[in-house]
Amino acid sequence: MRSFFLRTAVRVLLPMLLLFSIYLFLRGHNEPGGGFVAGLTAAAAWSLYAIAFDSRHARAAFRVEPRRLIATGLLVILASGLISTFSGRSYLSGIWFSLPVPGLGDIDLGTPVLFDLGVFMTVIGVTLGIVFSLEEVEE
Amino acid sequence: MSITVLSGLAGSLLAAPLQRTAPRRAGWLLALLPLGLFIYFLTLLGPVSAGRTLVETLPWAPGLGVEFSFYLDGLGLLMALLVSGIGALVLVYAGGYLEGHPQLGRMYAFLLVFMSAMLGVVLSGHLLTTFLFWELTSISSFLLIGFDHKDETSRKSALQALLVTGGGVLAMLAGLVLLNQAAGTLSIPALLASSPDLLKHPLAGPAAALILLGAFTKSAQFPFHFWLPNAMAAPTPVSAYLHSATMVKAGVFLILRLGPVLGDHPLWTPLVSLTGAVTLLLGAWMALSQTDLKRLLAYSTVSMLGLLTLLGGLRTPLALEAAVVFLFAHALYKGALFMVAGAVDHETGTRDVTRLGGLARRMPQTAAAALPAGLSMAALPPLFGFIAKEVVYEAALESGLFAFAAVFAASAVTVFAAAVIAVEVFWARPAGSPPREPHEAPLALRLGPLVLAGLGLLAGLLPGPLDRALLSPAAAGLVGHPLQPGLALWHGLTPLLAYSALTFAAGVLLYLARRPLRRLAAALTAGFGPDRLYDLAYAGVFRLAAWQTGLLQHGTLRYYLNLTVLAATGLVGTVLLLYGGLNMPAAFPGATFYEVLIAALILLAAGFAITTRSRLGAVAALGVVGYGVAAIFLLFGAPDLAMTQFLIESLTVILFVLAFYHLPDFERFSSRRTRLRDMLVAMLAGVLMTVLTLSAVGIQIFPTISSYYAQAALPEAHGRNITNVILVDFRGFDTLGENVVLALAAIGVFALLKFPKRRQP
Repeated sequence: MRSFFLRTAVRVLLPMLLLFSIYLFLRGHNEPGGGFVAGLTAAAAWSLYAIAFDSRHARAAFRVEPRRLIATGLLVILASGLISTFSGRSYLSGIWFSLPVPGLGDIDLGTPVLFDLGVFMTVIGVTLGIVFSLEEVEE
Repeated sequence: MSITVLSGLAGSLLAAPLQRTAPRRAGWLLALLPLGLFIYFLTLLGPVSAGRTLVETLPWAPGLGVEFSFYLDGLGLLMALLVSGIGALVLVYAGGYLEGHPQLGRMYAFLLVFMSAMLGVVLSGHLLTTFLFWELTSISSFLLIGFDHKDETSRKSALQALLVTGGGVLAMLAGLVLLNQAAGTLSIPALLASSPDLLKHPLAGPAAALILLGAFTKSAQFPFHFWLPNAMAAPTPVSAYLHSATMVKAGVFLILRLGPVLGDHPLWTPLVSLTGAVTLLLGAWMALSQTDLKRLLAYSTVSMLGLLTLLGGLRTPLALEAAVVFLFAHALYKGALFMVAGAVDHETGTRDVTRLGGLARRMPQTAAAALPAGLSMAALPPLFGFIAKEVVYEAALESGLFAFAAVFAASAVTVFAAAVIAVEVFWARPAGSPPREPHEAPLALRLGPLVLAGLGLLAGLLPGPLDRALLSPAAAGLVGHPLQPGLALWHGLTPLLAYSALTFAAGVLLYLARRPLRRLAAALTAGFGPDRLYDLAYAGVFRLAAWQTGLLQHGTLRYYLNLTVLAATGLVGTVLLLYGGLNMPAAFPGATFYEVLIAALILLAAGFAITTRSRLGAVAALGVVGYGVAAIFLLFGAPDLAMTQFLIESLTVILFVLAFYHLPDFERFSSRRTRLRDMLVAMLAGVLMTVLTLSAVGIQIFPTISSYYAQAALPEAHGRNITNVILVDFRGFDTLGENVVLALAAIGVFALLKFPKRRQP
């Protein structure tokens, strides 16, 4: 399975897939995409990397412990809901504001974006956690 | 008021550190808290006796009509005074009783939590608040009864008390839900003001019965009385507090509290007074054979709780007044006598009356406390117990011969019990010798009984002010109109006086015949009763659990799947057929060429997956099925869904490939018959899902929901992708839950893969 061609291909594919995943994440609110799909895409990209090399290399390249990513993701989700609680609204209700960015016009930002980020992180963490552990057992 | 109720919880946090810094004074210092509460409640006597009620409401779940609210009237104030006053004495007493015990700080903390819970119950202004604190009393009493947690009997008794009262409170919760449906509110002031039409509601009867069940378990009414004597495994300070003065009265309190609301229901008087009467007689009968001081007091308490319940069931103005007066008298003398029993136990090392006697010379002050308390219990003048018993007799006579006879018999036994603890232990010739040479109890152990017994004497001599300030207002709230305070020590030579004298004489006769009587009663009651039933039920639950675990959790994946699929198919299918859910569309819209092509591909791949002998082939075929489904999503305009499906299918194939390394070779282990059966189950499930989906298409329950999302997505959630807006905003809470499930699944995989495998035997 550790083929030279796969490795070379993955080296090129990984950054592109990750970029695509971020693109999916960002456009998710208005076009098909979103945190869940983006997370799956990123996880698939890293799984490919883990298959082409091995889980030790993949872990080293990924840098973050997947379990930590799961926990952070869940905390981000919880926190995004708490922001509205502390502003005196009910838990998880969205709060929005506009950020003027030169060249792009006004960009809407809100707590649901944060929420989606949490989903993104959790999905990556869960999938990679499972993939890495499964691969390690086999070694 | 909320601060007074919750202060005990805060105090309990201080208990353990205080015990460490000042081991000898902690009890006295901590007692200042309930003492302060007691004084605070005393200051409320004026307004409350003038007929005012205090209400404090904090919103809790306003959308559901649930309040965290407090309501203080005469009855609540009476109970609050008892709880805080006796609480202060018990804290001091516990310090003396458990002096040097390594976990004394914990005991203080539990006692304070319990006091808070009990104040919450008696001052609650909303029945759900009552429920909350009621549960807290159950839990804290579990901790208190099981305080001596290294002793198996303690643990068993604590669990028994928790299960019996906890089971009752579940019934009570169901009753509260029904009451809420019938009355539309659970707020106590609103309920008290509700119209009599409430009783005509069909749910009023079941609601009353279920709530009463909860009250009966808490107040140790037959057939749930057995947990109370068993709870005597607790250290004596606990028994004195929980099992004489406070917790067991919670049930009686609730019966009195809800009497004005539900008491006119035709079910109420027969159910409550009969249960009370049976408990009254049973407790008296069981008391006869007891030689353990605490168990004797416990059964006498059971009997007197029966009396209070009986009075709460009769509901004549006189009976309600008698209930209030007797509740007060009983708390004073029973609290004192429990503490005396504990002091005797502490100083001599035994509570067995057959080994005790003549302690008055060695423990003169304890004896001096026991005597007035015992006389009060035996209802002799000039003590308050006498006045209370006169009112009780008057109420019982008024409602008939049966009630009077029951009260009379139980009162004679009460005189007997009082004589045993106040006379036999202290003044009779010693029948045996105690394990330790007795000494006078320390001040901390004497203070409680002396104060309570002294109050009983004072109240007996000066009943007028007490009646005017506290008891009459308390009873007036129950009766519904102000009462003329009329308690007095001397009523003249009335028939009641003669009955009292007769009771006393009968009790003395019982006392004189105590030795043969104990043997007789013990022989007649041995090894029988609901206690045994509880043990059987307790063991039965475990057997049932083992049986059904063996049946359902057999550990074979194939049967799990079969069972789950069959159960789901059976349940859904039955409902679908029985309730006319079948709603197949008459005509199908024509399918396009692409749809037919994809469907054919899916079917082919599925057929290949179940027939192939290659594992990789099966996995790939399943992937094709998934991709096909995703393609259909795409055709019907759900790009988000399709995209997710594609990715999930790809990742599933990756995971499968990774998991291959751990699987044995692909072989057929099952026989033809099992495979045929599995196929049948699978087909059944498939047919059901198809029928369900087709039927669901034709039903539009909420026609507006998708158009609502479509309209609201941009203005309210700033997004044009409805799917994503629903996920992260409109139904964000669902997504939060799903993410937690995902995380748990990952943890499960970690656990399965990372923990070292157990060796197969």
